[in-house]
Amino acid sequence: MRLAGIPWFAAGLAGLFVLFCLAAATGQYPLSVGDVLGALWQGISGARGDDAAATVVLDIRLPRLAAALLVGLALAASGATYQTVFRNPLVAPDILGVSAGAGLGAVFAIFLSLPVAMIQAFAFVFGLGAVAIVYGMAKVVRGAHEPILVLVLAGVVIGAVMGAGISALTYLADPYDQLPAITFWLMGSLAGVTYDDLMAAWPAVALGLLPLAALRWRVNLMALSEDEARALGVDTARLRVGLVVAATLMTSSVVAISGTVGWVGLIIPHMARFIVGPEFSRLLPATVLIGAAYVLAVDTLARSLVAVEIPIGILNAFIGAPLFLWVLARARRSWS
Amino acid sequence: MNKFHRLSVFVVRLMMGLALVGWAGMARAETFQDSAGRTVAIAGPVGKVFPAGPPASIFLYMLAPDLMAGWTRAPRGAEWGLLAPAYADLPTIGRLTGRGGSANLETVLAVKPDLILDYGSMKRTYVSLADRVQAQINIPYALIDGRFEKIADAIRAVGRLIGRAQALEPKAREAERIMAELKAVRDALPAGKAPRVYYGRGADGLQTGVGGSINVELLKYAGAVNVAAGEGVGGRGNLASVSIEQVLAWDPDVILTTDPNFYDRVWADAVWQRMRAVRAGRVYLSPTLPFGWFDRPPSANRLIGLRWLLAVLYPERYNAELEAETRRFYRLFYHLDLSDAQLAQVLGPGTRPGTGRSK
Repeated sequence: MRLAGIPWFAAGLAGLFVLFCLAAATGQYPLSVGDVLGALWQGISGARGDDAAATVVLDIRLPRLAAALLVGLALAASGATYQTVFRNPLVAPDILGVSAGAGLGAVFAIFLSLPVAMIQAFAFVFGLGAVAIVYGMAKVVRGAHEPILVLVLAGVVIGAVMGAGISALTYLADPYDQLPAITFWLMGSLAGVTYDDLMAAWPAVALGLLPLAALRWRVNLMALSEDEARALGVDTARLRVGLVVAATLMTSSVVAISGTVGWVGLIIPHMARFIVGPEFSRLLPATVLIGAAYVLAVDTLARSLVAVEIPIGILNAFIGAPLFLWVLARARRSWS
Repeated sequence: MNKFHRLSVFVVRLMMGLALVGWAGMARAETFQDSAGRTVAIAGPVGKVFPAGPPASIFLYMLAPDLMAGWTRAPRGAEWGLLAPAYADLPTIGRLTGRGGSANLETVLAVKPDLILDYGSMKRTYVSLADRVQAQINIPYALIDGRFEKIADAIRAVGRLIGRAQALEPKAREAERIMAELKAVRDALPAGKAPRVYYGRGADGLQTGVGGSINVELLKYAGAVNVAAGEGVGGRGNLASVSIEQVLAWDPDVILTTDPNFYDRVWADAVWQRMRAVRAGRVYLSPTLPFGWFDRPPSANRLIGLRWLLAVLYPERYNAELEAETRRFYRLFYHLDLSDAQLAQVLGPGTRPGTGRSK
């Protein structure tokens, strides 16, 4: 990040903090702003009381807000990475089959009537597994083809197979007990997030995000053709593998706790690009901020508009589509 | 052109022939009116019935298992041991109704049933399906109203259709007895004393039946109130996901679930333990063998769920008799004299007061 970028990033962080405070004061359990502040103070000072406000704010809202931030930043950052690596604006984190794989894993675990932690573990492992298979397949059939094209096609094929697997399990599942649970998982929700889930997810997200941040200058080279990059002495093939692994790790770990949350990884990087341009060292922080703020806002609406939860997937499209069009109409910078 | 002409003449003749056969059959047939007001003509004694969906297959098993053409879905795992051995391994024939209808009309024809029976919703979708199938393969197709308060009527209607009105009368009476007892309980309940119940589904317990959803329909018969009803939730109701914060705000008196994973989680999770129901140890796992007791399938299997609700909601009066009532219900409707081991399997740990965990 150049020096000129820092005030802008700080302003973004401040905005995110304000949003976070607003979200912490919002919810179905009736609490005054004073109650919320009191509970937060209990959390900060460590003198934790046994009142309902502390439970609501510290055990329910905070982990959920943190999860929303984590999901948003991870999906958006991996979307930006995928789009740059594949030199394709239509690519989302699920292009290599992460979401479909995670979905299959979760559905399989629900089919076996396993507890929540196992559903998440299955989703995570299957998500990574799907991408590993895609990568292996692309290596085997590479031949004389353009490697990126082969990778994307392999992703489409494996995604379709995973999707068929989901359909098959849905068909076999108990229509009264398991089918609704499957449907809800596939619609995505942060309703049940606990600290344990966060603890399981954040190290994987950090492990994926750190290399992206460290390599942010080199990622720009992915926009060059293979030969041009090689002329500059960069092994694009190895860099690509590294970036894909990092982005996949992030996506897979957050999808495991949130269920399928589409759209964020596709749209948020574009919004960020319209604002700060395609240069990855500026795109990455902007994407992370906007992604985190966006999912935080959508999830806050999802849990507070009505007494029952609105699945994130539904709100996402209804809010995201007009927002995206608005940004598109006002955009001054081009895609590349 | 000529070929086409010959073909169409053949088709017309075939149709006339079929109509004639159908008409001849109708002439001997006895006609019934089903719950949707459709006319169903049944010729001769009914020896085999094809259930159109899972609720119908359970209903048929309860009323006349010897007439069942098969299960719409093969019984699984522990369900096997709690079905009468003679019927547990009937073939799987798929279902005609609903999403993922898996029965093929050729399967239905190959089974050669005398009657197709559907039990449940009278929505136009099902009525038109019945009309279409009946017209297409010329097998009488009867729809029986599956609303819970009409169970006794439904039993009698099936009795008339299959010519066993007398034999099924005791079952209709038993259904009436259970419903009447529930009404007495409701009437005797002091105003404002209705237990407030949350029904949690899924491994995290955060999906619930809202409003008047069929998933929580039984609660109102037991005089209980579904916390997930009222303002902001909508009256018509279906399954919905809720936040744990919302459940905490509702703070129900009793929590019910069908999911053992959620039942385990409740006792381990700090937030759930704040709730009145958990502190009082009033979290219960609904029995599910061989068919669900509380939620679904939405068939007459839920009758015994009413006795269970009485036992968990008003334990001081009704907990003691649950075992005897269970044996009685399984003998009459599931054709099974429960052994002690089977009874323990049905009413497993956590299903009623005094058998589960507490904080």
